[in-house]
Amino acid sequence: MSSGTRTTPFAITLDVGSSRANLTGSWRTERPQYARLTAPCGAGCPAAEDVQQWLYHAEEGGYEAAWRRIMERNPFPAISGRICYHPCETACNRAQLDAAVGINSVERFLGDQALAKGWQIEPAQLLGTGGRVLVIGAGPSGLSAAYHLALLGHHVTVRDMAPAAGGMMRYGIPKYRLPREILDAEIQRIAELGVDFQLGAHVSDLIAERAAGGYDAVFLAVGATLPQRTYIPAGSAARIIDAIALLRNAEDGSAGPPLLGRRVTVYGGGNTAMDAARTAKRLGAEESIVVYRRDREHMPAHESELMEALQEGIKVKWLTTITEAGAGEITVERMELDEHGYPQPTGQFERLGADTVVLATGQVSDLSLLEGMPGIELEDRVVRVDGNMMTGHPGIFAGGDMVPAERTATVAIGHGRRAAHGIDRWLRGETGNPEWGLHDSASATGVGPVPQTAQVPFERLNTWYFSDAPRTVREQLDAIRRTSTFDEVVLGLDEANALFEARRCMSCGNCLACDNCYGVCPDNAVVKLDPPGAYAYAFDLDYCKGCGLCAQECPCGAIEMLPEPI
Amino acid sequence: MSATRLKYFQTGSFAAGNRLVDPDQRSVQSDPGRANAITCGHRACQGCGEALGARYALDAAMRATGGDLIATNATGCLEVFSTPYPESSWQLPWIHSLFGNAAAVATGVAAALKAKGNTHTRVVGQGGDGGTVDIGFACLSGMFERGDDVLFICYDNEAYMNTGVQRSAATPPAAYTSTTQAVGDEPGATWGQGKSVPLIALAHEIPYVATATIADLRDLERKVQTAMEVRGARYIHVLVTCPLGWGAASADSIKLARLATETGIFPVWEGEHGDVVSVTKIRHQTPVEEYLKLQTRYRHLFLPARREDIIERIQARADRNIARFGLLEAADDDPLDLQVEAGS
Repeated sequence: MSSGTRTTPFAITLDVGSSRANLTGSWRTERPQYARLTAPCGAGCPAAEDVQQWLYHAEEGGYEAAWRRIMERNPFPAISGRICYHPCETACNRAQLDAAVGINSVERFLGDQALAKGWQIEPAQLLGTGGRVLVIGAGPSGLSAAYHLALLGHHVTVRDMAPAAGGMMRYGIPKYRLPREILDAEIQRIAELGVDFQLGAHVSDLIAERAAGGYDAVFLAVGATLPQRTYIPAGSAARIIDAIALLRNAEDGSAGPPLLGRRVTVYGGGNTAMDAARTAKRLGAEESIVVYRRDREHMPAHESELMEALQEGIKVKWLTTITEAGAGEITVERMELDEHGYPQPTGQFERLGADTVVLATGQVSDLSLLEGMPGIELEDRVVRVDGNMMTGHPGIFAGGDMVPAERTATVAIGHGRRAAHGIDRWLRGETGNPEWGLHDSASATGVGPVPQTAQVPFERLNTWYFSDAPRTVREQLDAIRRTSTFDEVVLGLDEANALFEARRCMSCGNCLACDNCYGVCPDNAVVKLDPPGAYAYAFDLDYCKGCGLCAQECPCGAIEMLPEPI
Repeated sequence: MSATRLKYFQTGSFAAGNRLVDPDQRSVQSDPGRANAITCGHRACQGCGEALGARYALDAAMRATGGDLIATNATGCLEVFSTPYPESSWQLPWIHSLFGNAAAVATGVAAALKAKGNTHTRVVGQGGDGGTVDIGFACLSGMFERGDDVLFICYDNEAYMNTGVQRSAATPPAAYTSTTQAVGDEPGATWGQGKSVPLIALAHEIPYVATATIADLRDLERKVQTAMEVRGARYIHVLVTCPLGWGAASADSIKLARLATETGIFPVWEGEHGDVVSVTKIRHQTPVEEYLKLQTRYRHLFLPARREDIIERIQARADRNIARFGLLEAADDDPLDLQVEAGS
């Protein structure tokens, strides 16, 4: 018999349990982690624009936010959107998929929107510590430096010999590439920050001027305005002019329209040669021929410039040098490239009709201002600077075409910003990182701790996820019409096209909140954060098994798999 | 749920969601309130395609029915990894009976609901390829033939993975399994062509049949939604990757399913009442080799000597699918192909 006490069996039908009791995170040998990596566009931008970040705003129609992101780095979106040779697009990963994102045209759209809508930058509250800075040269580099210095709270004076600000953007780049109302409007915005412009003013003694004006620092950005003469034996009746003088003359018109004659020959193969040939055509030349000593492959002019010139009927004589210039006629010699790509004479001569020869064989900086200044070091007719853009003379900084770097407006704009921050640091008694060099990535040496992360290679993206979308081509003015006028050649995008173009961005290395990681996790171990934290999602490491699907299926390569810490 | 291919919005509708479009145009899987029909802690392998496919399908069915859904399950990986007694991963009423009778149990559940006058609760039967193509085939065919009000979903990973990777009638030719070893002149599975249950289901002339993969989430969700809008016997056959049985990296699960469709090896289509009514076109046609070489179950086709003859035979099968289903023709009749203009 039983003792009368009833014992409960060990188990009677177990309670319902949930598999959530099983923490599968313990299986993991690798863990996913969200990352923000450097997209190649931004890394490739000489003005250090964070292109991927401003495109992110533009993609959602946040044009003003996008424009303000550009303005943090570059005060000239409407100008750069027209004249920049867009190394961002050269670097763009989308080029390997179909065609690069038309970053330049979106930038122009944003810049034009800002002008149309009157978006303004708030002037800085002038700090008590604000220094006095003299900027010499009102080209892209000087203006960029003035803008950033003003926003950093310094008193800035910009001085330039020319009657109007803009430098080569006004006196080198023709109107059909950069309409002057755009140039004026973006410069005006800098003036409204309280920058003092002294135009038509020459500086001859830098040290005396600096002392007299009580300037704590000076930024030199005098450009490269002197033609580099190429000697051509010429008869007294030959008419030879410099490209830079032709372009300047076409701009200010003070000397009346240049007399070019019917047949113009431009000597050189750079962008200035293209500008000069196209300008000559617009000034009435029936024939405008570019003579260049090497071939198309070795031509320094940008492909788009050459293409537009050819479309306008400009002819190019490749592998040719001018050996003699006479009245209405020149003698040219055919060249051959040797194994190093250098042109060698062949002894075959030819005569060409030419009423004017325009020399576009390079420009040099006028460095007379620096003669005898202690500490200044020259290098191949330009001025040596450190990573802060300071010359060997304390407090004298330099940038743009007068320092050893590629000579483009965008590089100059980047120099201006770096110099502004360099000057700001110097005025506060701080030194920059001595390891910075002039050619280091602009984003790495700019203001603030921008971590220099690895760039995102194309292979890291999962391009399956991106819609097939051909690039929007900006309309071009009818070639016939544009050769007779100085109207702008390349037209802008309308809003629908700009939005479309922005949305072609693949957001390399940066989350675009597509929910794919959240969708593809077989273990529901991706959590959507509402509101988003540092990232839009987080990993639930209690359950993440480390399969790596999220990283593999992330369209933009913004998830890394790291070995599990043991 | 949207049945629209969104164009020109960065990731369009290829990714689960898209911050640029309204929430109702995103997938069920991008919804923070999705049912998570299989919750965390299940014991499926890393990168399991079946766990993913079952959640995709059932979450879509849960949304389509407002959560008023009962699932029956055949024996197999899905059953084993989700329900080690007394734990369960299922977030809906779920019943497992035998390996071969999931369709019959579903029939019974549907009949019982009808007997009780319940016209709102819906029934899904589900199983792997073993429980569908082999062991449960007679029950499934009967269910089709009787027109029972059940959506049966097969998660096809092409072998009996749970018990140690034995060959099933869905195992493709030349694939290694533990019962089709890579030995002899004809290494791997020698039985010719496997068995296409979707085409057999189509031959039953039931109202709706579709194939899908875990690589095209929107397409799978749309097909489940469509199936739930129809009454009667319906069948969806989902290709799901098995990293263990296929010998593939766990991170490649979706990529492999994508390659299976982009090569033509696994045609994705839907049919109604005996006719194929639409196919998903190949976006970037890819040689079968790209698919095969990522899986050790096909390693013997490349090592120690390359078996060009077998690779060519597999390519020929893929090419036949492409021709038969018109997988490369212009995509203008894609039901998802309604263009949404940028900015609208």
